[in-house]
Amino acid sequence: MWDFHPWTVAAILGMAAATYLCRGGGYWLFRQVTPGPMLRAALSYIPGTLFVSFVAPGLLDGRLHTLVGASATVAVMLWTRSLAWAIIAGTAAAWLAWSLL
Amino acid sequence: MIHGPVVFTLAGLRRGAVVSLPLLIGLTPFGVVCGITQQAAGLSLGETILMAGLVYAGAAQLVVLGAWTHPPSVLAATLTALVVNLRLALMGPVLAPWLDRLRGWRVWLSLFTMVDPSWALSVREISADYRDAAFLLGAGGIMWISWMITSIAGHLLGEAIQPTPGHPIFFAALAVFVALLVNLWRGKADVMPWLVAGVTAVATAHLLPGTSWYMLTGALAGSLLGALRDARSGDADRR
Repeated sequence: MWDFHPWTVAAILGMAAATYLCRGGGYWLFRQVTPGPMLRAALSYIPGTLFVSFVAPGLLDGRLHTLVGASATVAVMLWTRSLAWAIIAGTAAAWLAWSLL
Repeated sequence: MIHGPVVFTLAGLRRGAVVSLPLLIGLTPFGVVCGITQQAAGLSLGETILMAGLVYAGAAQLVVLGAWTHPPSVLAATLTALVVNLRLALMGPVLAPWLDRLRGWRVWLSLFTMVDPSWALSVREISADYRDAAFLLGAGGIMWISWMITSIAGHLLGEAIQPTPGHPIFFAALAVFVALLVNLWRGKADVMPWLVAGVTAVATAHLLPGTSWYMLTGALAGSLLGALRDARSGDADRR
């Protein structure tokens, strides 16, 4: 319960440092320099392209319950615009499809 | 915009926390999913608390945990967290009307707690000429507390139900990102970068199985091609 693996702790500290570099460092850096339009455009695409990259292999691995869950998530998100309901409904749909198929 | 002096008071801190309360309900499943995923990846409760408290960035945590190995790759985890959180680097400067007028720990602690919802609330307050900059810390702080509680709850839930690797409960991590993508969709301009990202990611995942590089290659390929296309068609300044 309270064991700390040295490499896990190192990875967590690395992630924490990288994250704070973005939170604090971004404010500090962009106070000194203004990012050009090209960098701005590239950064503006980052969240979307990154999340697509994260879900693509998982969605295309041929498991039907994943596709059912993803469709339900999109539908509920479009309908309610609520992250909580989309996660709950999507997971429930995936679970239902998994137990029926 | 802000006219006149900016203060940093307990009243502002409290107001940020109170305004955020309704949002906490919506964030709960996200924290629980993160806790379950951390438990399933083999993190102890102590390590889960450490990650939730110090990283405090659910998307980055889920992405890194999706390719977690034993022992983990410190370099891959760090780089992945950096790329997932790059958006935060653009969010901080937007709060300059408050942050530029604060000193020392108030700036850096407030930024530590900055997450997408607390940032969005703060942007709204700044444009309404609200001048108590402690609002950001109040909102981010209460979200941090809720994040810790829900992460711990998720970890304990995972321990109690012990889901097997193919269990549909892990679909919840994918659902988070599918749902976020619905919000991130800006229109036709996103089609090409998203397609390039998806194809690159799938190809990389096949070439380098068991690693998290597919997210970095996909995100970089899609974003760079999108930016190049925008620069060519001359609408890069609009973004």
